[in-house]
Amino acid sequence: MTLAHSGAPRRAVRDVVFVEGVRTPFGKARPDGIYAETRADDLAVKTLRELLRRRPELPVERVDEVALAATTQTGDQGLTLGRSVAVLAGLPTSVPGFAIDRMCAGAMTAVTTTAASIAVGAQDVTIAGGVEHMGHHPMGEGSDPNPRFVAEKLVDSSALVMGATAENLHDRYPHLTKERADAYGVASQAKYAKALANGDITPGLVPVATRSTALGWGLATADELPRPGTTVDQIADLKTPFRPGGRVTAGNASPLTDGATACLLAAGDVADELGLPARMRLVSYAYAGVEPEVMGIGPVPATERALRTAGLTIDDIGLFEINEAFAVQVLAFLDHFGLPDDDPRVNQYGGAIAVGHPLASSGVRLMSQLARQFAQHPQVRYGLTTMCVGLGMGGTVIWENPHHADYSGHSDPSAGHTAPAPTTAPTDRES
Amino acid sequence: MSTTTDARAERVTHSLVRDVELPGGAGVLALVTLDNGLDHTKPSTLGPLGMAELTTALEGLAERAGRGEIVAVAVTGKPYFLAAGADLTLAAQVSTHEDALELGRSGHRAYRLLGEMGVPTFAFVNGLALGGGLEVALNCDYRTVASDAPALALPEVGLGLVPGWGGAYLVPRLVGVERAMEVILARPAANKPYKAQEAYEIGLVDALFEAPDFLESSIRWAAAVLSGEIVVERRELDPAPVWDAVVSATRRQLDAVVQGSRPAPYRALDLVAAARTATKDEAFAAEDEALADLIMSDEMRASVYAFGLVSKGKKPTGAPDPQLARPVTRVGIVGAGLMAAQIALLLAQRLGVPVVMRDLDQERVDKGLAFVRSTVEKLTSTGRMSRDMGAKILATVHGTTDITDFAACDVVIEAVTEILPLKKKVFAELEDIISPEAILATNTSALSITEMAADLRHPERVVGLHFFNPVAQMPLVEVVQAAKTSDEALATGFAIAKKLRKTAVLVADRPGFVVNRLLILLMGKIVEAVEAGTSVEVADRAVAPLGLPMPPFALFDLVGPAVGLHVLTSLREDLGERFPVSPGLQRIVDEQIPVVLNAPKGLPKPVDPSIQRVFGSGEAGGQGALDEAGVLDSVLTALTREIGLMLDEGVVSSPAQIDLCMILGAGWGFHLGGITPYLDRTGYSEKVLGRRLLPDGVANVPAVQVA
Repeated sequence: MTLAHSGAPRRAVRDVVFVEGVRTPFGKARPDGIYAETRADDLAVKTLRELLRRRPELPVERVDEVALAATTQTGDQGLTLGRSVAVLAGLPTSVPGFAIDRMCAGAMTAVTTTAASIAVGAQDVTIAGGVEHMGHHPMGEGSDPNPRFVAEKLVDSSALVMGATAENLHDRYPHLTKERADAYGVASQAKYAKALANGDITPGLVPVATRSTALGWGLATADELPRPGTTVDQIADLKTPFRPGGRVTAGNASPLTDGATACLLAAGDVADELGLPARMRLVSYAYAGVEPEVMGIGPVPATERALRTAGLTIDDIGLFEINEAFAVQVLAFLDHFGLPDDDPRVNQYGGAIAVGHPLASSGVRLMSQLARQFAQHPQVRYGLTTMCVGLGMGGTVIWENPHHADYSGHSDPSAGHTAPAPTTAPTDRES
Repeated sequence: MSTTTDARAERVTHSLVRDVELPGGAGVLALVTLDNGLDHTKPSTLGPLGMAELTTALEGLAERAGRGEIVAVAVTGKPYFLAAGADLTLAAQVSTHEDALELGRSGHRAYRLLGEMGVPTFAFVNGLALGGGLEVALNCDYRTVASDAPALALPEVGLGLVPGWGGAYLVPRLVGVERAMEVILARPAANKPYKAQEAYEIGLVDALFEAPDFLESSIRWAAAVLSGEIVVERRELDPAPVWDAVVSATRRQLDAVVQGSRPAPYRALDLVAAARTATKDEAFAAEDEALADLIMSDEMRASVYAFGLVSKGKKPTGAPDPQLARPVTRVGIVGAGLMAAQIALLLAQRLGVPVVMRDLDQERVDKGLAFVRSTVEKLTSTGRMSRDMGAKILATVHGTTDITDFAACDVVIEAVTEILPLKKKVFAELEDIISPEAILATNTSALSITEMAADLRHPERVVGLHFFNPVAQMPLVEVVQAAKTSDEALATGFAIAKKLRKTAVLVADRPGFVVNRLLILLMGKIVEAVEAGTSVEVADRAVAPLGLPMPPFALFDLVGPAVGLHVLTSLREDLGERFPVSPGLQRIVDEQIPVVLNAPKGLPKPVDPSIQRVFGSGEAGGQGALDEAGVLDSVLTALTREIGLMLDEGVVSSPAQIDLCMILGAGWGFHLGGITPYLDRTGYSEKVLGRRLLPDGVANVPAVQVA
């Protein structure tokens, strides 16, 4: 048999699954925080090591990419993080890596970017994550904003101060009051405390050995920032640092945080080949821009776009993990989609207001938590992870729950299409 | 350098304690970090204050363990170090036997708490662990090690001590008595610490974890041990016959190699011998006694002095400002013989600049290049050198027969035959080719460099760089300042030595410089005795009390009798009758008579008694015959006189520089302190020179104690 050579074969788009996600305990970004003397890249190294430790069935040389995000990519977050951390973590030199930045959605973008590579067949298994040591790298450190931003009124001067953009959001939606924001913040603390007590937080953590010159070596095993038992009264009179008489306080905003996250993604068929668990299947994702002055509204257009791409509506979503940079930004999202402030499907384990928000790393925390909730809620078919992004953006990823009875599967590239006719055997190998 | 006169305050290693929550709710582990608060250039060491702090910390933890507050204790160190052992400088300042005893006891007081905590104890060996540092780990119930820990060792015996904080008792229990001899005696003698993997394989540690998350892995492992999920198997105590046989064999080996020249190896052996049946109390008390006796021994003081010399030797004494050194971008080597090829290889490897070797005909050039190639292939095929580095070296070393290929060299090193007129001719030729600023270096071992440079237009550019064979292994380079050598030439010589990672010692242009002058004198005195009728076997054994790396005739054999004779003759011409004539040696060279018998590996090669026939009357005996003590006396007297002359001549700036040269260039022992501490403590310097070479107490136990 002779075959006319018609060039390289075309590949079908492949499914991408979320295999495993871990994070370091989140620490206080202050000189007395647990990570004050720990390097950011070392935090990232611990997450990579833990992923590999948890998945011994994954041959390390099968990792095709390490994409790590940081908002400030200098110092201990410099030097092409994905690659340098891969080397530091002891991955084979054959494993490439890169650094990525979309401010708060850095790790989320690391996930979607390498997922896209998997989907087109360029890669099989990737590691995506992020790190932000805000103690070492205050937000905006070393940046040099172009004077045209202000001179040409491209953005309001408040656009670069995230707390100020949250105040702007309160201005735009006056019915999203400080009282509602405070109540949301208190609920976040309570939900986190409950999740911790239920054992839903610790299994996702990587213990990190931390050195202190004064105290010696210790081990970070728990988040440092949550304030269990916080009440509305306690936070009612906190300072409003971004505006006199403002609404944004430490009680309804995420604190400055040190931490790292990482997750393992794989092509659906490769996960099956290697025996890797599929905890979530990526359905769709989207990023969208909004006015930088009200960056907190970003998740709304991003989610609308992701739903449209997936052919779903908001009613199809049974679980939400939304990053809580500020309570008001979560409220704006819920308000837009007609969801109540205390919707039980939203942030079941609490959110960044309690646990903290190490900028570029938070996206993967949302995904890891959603994956755990999928296992706990097999009746839920779809969930989403979404977050607002500095300079006026939003990002959303929609996931399908493999535990659901109607799960569409992830290893048959022709799923949802007409199945090809079975091959007729035997093939004539002689001719 | 001085260890006893510049007394310094203890760099206190603190014991920082933090509680760690074990995974899976297994309870609280108290984690002790040994940390002297200084950076990675100052390893944590254990002195009296640090030991007291550790004791207090561990006592506190034992109480907490008793109250059930903690389920385990672990010890680790600041980054890169568990601990580098006892503070040697302080140990060498102890002035009474009682204080020395207390030093041992204080260590035992702290460390035995680790073995008697009431809860399991762990050592997480995160980095270097030497001596008392490793003994911290040995006293714990369990040990983990980081894959990148560079060295685990008990080097005490090499420093005139014993592993006296539990090491001698615990090591044979952990790894077996046979392996214990390797840990306690053989490895220190070879100066070869264990790498993490080796330490794990022989059972010095129980688990090995990769560096990036070593501490996290160790804590997880500790939790698994505590829960019973992991059980660490311990070997049975070796049976008495095995124990005794190993001890006897080791004693025979010590008698053959150490020959009673120093007490420490024997004391260590005695401790191991008794460790099988001794109780822990008895064993630790015996360790205390041995430590105290040795701390109060001159051998130990000389060892600490020698250790200090070698450590500080990396910064050369009397070298000119390094800024004066000329940049070296291309090096020429005149000659392609064995020495030349070795130097070319090392220069290419460490300087990373083009090296061109020149000899008279292509055959010799090819032979030199073939040596470089075969050496590189040997190193790359055994993994001791990367293939890329090997390829780089082979691309860097060139050969030529055309002397004008040296035109662009900044430095040209001559390594041709040791004939003065020949070397002068080479330099004269070179001067017409190289730039006026280029440095000329000579690897001569005994010729006058001043004379070699005398007829040059620029004699100030000539410097001596005396390498030792084998060039790659021997750590010493004598940098020779001739009469007119400029500071620039000298600084360039030091800069090259530094880049080659050699210890450089500044020496004056006197025949034989330091090492050859004393080594050849020693050999000369041996053959002189033999020529006078002393039995070759007596003469060969006579210097055994010094514990030199090998007996005199074995050294002759290694150097090559022809080379030895050549240098001896040359030194005699320059320095006179002190360097004797030996017709017997001449015959050995002429007739190529082997001088030694074969010996099993690791044992010294004894002299072949049949060579007696070439010396003197051809038979041992007669009026001139000496006994062993007589030969030794003649050797030591000659060495003392010679060192006195060398110091008068300004060959080096101090006796310490002579010691440094003999330690690194001839392998003379730490227990001798090189040589001058030995000559002082045996009274030879007083007797021959009428004065000590080093102040009392610098490298010995001082006669007059300062309270």
